[in-house]
Amino acid sequence: MDRTAMKRLALLSAVPLAGCVGIQSPLSPGGDQANALHDLFVLMMIVCGSVYLLVVAGLGWAILRARRNALIPGAADGTGDRRRDRGVLIAAGAIVVGLTVLIVGSFIADRALFATGGQGAMQVRVTGHQWWWRIEYRDPSSGRWIETANELHLPRGRTTRVSLGSADVIHSFWVPNVAGKLDMIPGRRNVLDLTPRIDGWFRGQCAEFCGLQHAHMAFDVKVEDPATFDAWLARQAQPAVARTDTVAARGESVFAGPCATCHAVRGTGATGRAGPDLTHIASRRSVAAGTLPMTRGGLQGWISKPQALKPGTGMPDIPLDARDADAVAHYLAGLR
Amino acid sequence: MTPDRERLDQLAVTWRDPPGLRGFLTTVDHKRIAARYIVTALLLMFLAGMLALDMRLQLSVADNTRMGPQLYNESFSLHGSTMLFLVSVPVMEAMALWLVPLMLGTRNMAFPRLGAFSFWLYFGGVLTLWVAHAADITPDLGWFEYPPLSGPAYSPGHRADVWAQMITFTEVAALAASVNVAATILKMRPPGMTLARMPVFLWAMLVASIMTILSMPAIMLVTSMLIADRLVSTHFFVPATGGDVVLFQHLFWFFGHPEVYIIFVPATGFVSSIVETFSRRRLFGHNVIVLSIVSIGALAFGLWVHHMFAVGLPRLGNDFYTAASMAIALPAGLQIFCWIATMGSGRLWLATPMLWILGFVATFVIGGLSGIMTASAALDLQLTDTYFIVAHLHYVLIGGAIFPLFGAFCYWYPKATGRLMSERWGRVAFAMIVGGFNLGFFPMHLLGLMGMPRRVYTYPSGMGWDLLNQVATAGSVIAVAGGLVFVANALVSYWRGAPSGRDPWRGSTLEWASPSPPPPWNLAFTPVVRSLTPMWDDGQRQVMDGIAIDRREMLVTSVMDATPLYRQKSAGPSFWPLLAALAVSAMFIGSIFTPWAIVAGALPIGAALTGWFWPERHRAKTGPLAVRR
Repeated sequence: MDRTAMKRLALLSAVPLAGCVGIQSPLSPGGDQANALHDLFVLMMIVCGSVYLLVVAGLGWAILRARRNALIPGAADGTGDRRRDRGVLIAAGAIVVGLTVLIVGSFIADRALFATGGQGAMQVRVTGHQWWWRIEYRDPSSGRWIETANELHLPRGRTTRVSLGSADVIHSFWVPNVAGKLDMIPGRRNVLDLTPRIDGWFRGQCAEFCGLQHAHMAFDVKVEDPATFDAWLARQAQPAVARTDTVAARGESVFAGPCATCHAVRGTGATGRAGPDLTHIASRRSVAAGTLPMTRGGLQGWISKPQALKPGTGMPDIPLDARDADAVAHYLAGLR
Repeated sequence: MTPDRERLDQLAVTWRDPPGLRGFLTTVDHKRIAARYIVTALLLMFLAGMLALDMRLQLSVADNTRMGPQLYNESFSLHGSTMLFLVSVPVMEAMALWLVPLMLGTRNMAFPRLGAFSFWLYFGGVLTLWVAHAADITPDLGWFEYPPLSGPAYSPGHRADVWAQMITFTEVAALAASVNVAATILKMRPPGMTLARMPVFLWAMLVASIMTILSMPAIMLVTSMLIADRLVSTHFFVPATGGDVVLFQHLFWFFGHPEVYIIFVPATGFVSSIVETFSRRRLFGHNVIVLSIVSIGALAFGLWVHHMFAVGLPRLGNDFYTAASMAIALPAGLQIFCWIATMGSGRLWLATPMLWILGFVATFVIGGLSGIMTASAALDLQLTDTYFIVAHLHYVLIGGAIFPLFGAFCYWYPKATGRLMSERWGRVAFAMIVGGFNLGFFPMHLLGLMGMPRRVYTYPSGMGWDLLNQVATAGSVIAVAGGLVFVANALVSYWRGAPSGRDPWRGSTLEWASPSPPPPWNLAFTPVVRSLTPMWDDGQRQVMDGIAIDRREMLVTSVMDATPLYRQKSAGPSFWPLLAALAVSAMFIGSIFTPWAIVAGALPIGAALTGWFWPERHRAKTGPLAVRR
């Protein structure tokens, strides 16, 4: 069966899903690893679906036959058991064959996940924090690590080897449209290969329960053609360029106070490491690990009441007067 | 053989409990203790179900703020911990405690006081968790409580301590119950009930007990290590100083995986009993079913790693655990085949208990098949920690264990109460629960495949998850309403139900030989067994004579072929099990607040155990054992 036919079958087997699988779903794969897993899923659906139909048919047979037995005296004394004894053997054989198919299929899909062996792969380090993602790209020319947060850019058609770690508790890195999930465990590093094939925005989310705000630990994934990606990475490597108006200047000086304890903006005096790096924050798609859309209003709302929007987040409610808060939002919204 | 008045009067005097509260606190009657166990577990099932309904309401709308993250996390932690540790495992043990002696035709469990101790200790665990909930120190890190999240650095306060200590001492109760069940099945069988003539139900309970004995120490160990990290600053699970958080997961799942089968295997016992009785023929493939149960019990220990495929362990090792996990489909599949063949070649009577078994097959098989999907080390990377798993585990646990349990409840209800449950309301409850369950949980498979992670208290709109979540909520409302119909039926039938007589279903095994409800001494005579289905085959029953009835005495037989060995004294009512359980509970609860409670608490425990095991003399006064008609 070729791949399109299998996909059609998968869609048929999941009719209610058609049309609503989206930016965070293993059912609409957009990468080699997710494709391998999707094919395996289709195989499983075919085998397991048939088995289920067989069992239900057997149940129906049993009920109908038992009704008939009730009318025939002596029909239920275990006659015909020898034939059914053979049935047990046949069933056992069939189960073993079915399982072997699935085990081999699983093994093949498993190998496909790391088929490239990381040869020539781009290196990215992702570190889970309660409740955001630190993301660092290794600059292929300088060897430097370029830090950003909560948004992962991937070049289409190239393999990226992601090294996963955690700064606090166990998290799990999952972008279902691109690949399966892998845990981020303190004291260990896991690697995951990502080979995306389709351009666009996808969504990733922490999959291992990691405390109070586990629900709000998402991130955006942008798959783009390699040239665009290279240009993007070069821009990220640059220090921030702030707007030059007076409100932005005021924002920058306010930011240098309480905000800079936790946040860094490269090219300024802000070098905090406890929270996400905000160097090019305005170029990102969302604020607070996928909690709010990235707009000036979103930034302003987040700065003024983080604990109301994401109770328990590491970002404290900071008492800024309205004009200061407005200035900080304006300043950040200019960091593209 | 019909017992005469004099014999019954003598048995009543020998086996009676002290009157009133004293009797309530000191009884060692396995049926009274088991009934308490079952009622407590069912009550908790209701409470934990209410938590589930609350969570479903929260998730029925995107971006819902009805429930905050703290309350939601507490709810799913309490729901999971209660359902797995305080409902599913205990209720299966309790069913064994109630049924095993009856099905063996013996008078009590092998260790009557241990049965009482096990209940009181379990009850202590129940109180600990739910009083902690009332006092707002509810555990909030799931039923698994992975460190380092549950370690001192990320969980200050006592929530994680409550969880860890509650688990440790509740599992002591589970161990006590299992040792008791295993010893009773192996040593108190009636003469003639060789291993080959042992009903599937007893095999299932024996296997589940042995599995408990082998797996529970792992969880007790790991919770003790966690509490040591928290109370006295050891570093088992602190990566910065050389600890390893994955060690916790290995130990936890070494218990946690077999636990699923500890819950499921007894259910296969219920299914076998009910299918046999309602098909009106001997179980087809009895030996295949028994071998399946034994091999499920063995295999269950070789595949705990399939809960950890996303941890990043070596891939080749994961493939081994994939194969081992899928292998369990062979015995499980054969069992199902044998039950269907039994139904098809018998004369099926579709009374309520049997309906539950049909519901079980249709539902559990979905859970089994989704289990095969998640058993794949590769595919699991997409499925684990999503709603697909939530659907899968509920199909397995509710479809695979709770449906048979409800069937068993309806089946043995007349034996326990002497009255029949209403058939009509039984069918209504069945339809609502099975229908509501499937409506509630099937959409979760799809939610998982659409990327919805589990254990999230809210989700953004625009993900396409809203409608399916609403369907799931509607389904759970119907199922819970059906549960209320079920309970109402049981309560009303208790007073108003038609008298059932001794054996309303014409069952095949020995529990149907005793009056309904069974008296404290179960059967007037110890039967001699000649077949797998003694109630169907043994017209002229033989009994064992020579066992005293003026003292609590029981017959002990050999393990393999159940030849009578000797008579043994059986313990009577006593306060010691209750006091010992109190002392153990107090020590563990105290240790939530100070490590010194372990030191101080050892003293009362020692005193209680000394009282319990104070030696007594027992002289044989009756003649030799003999078989007579």
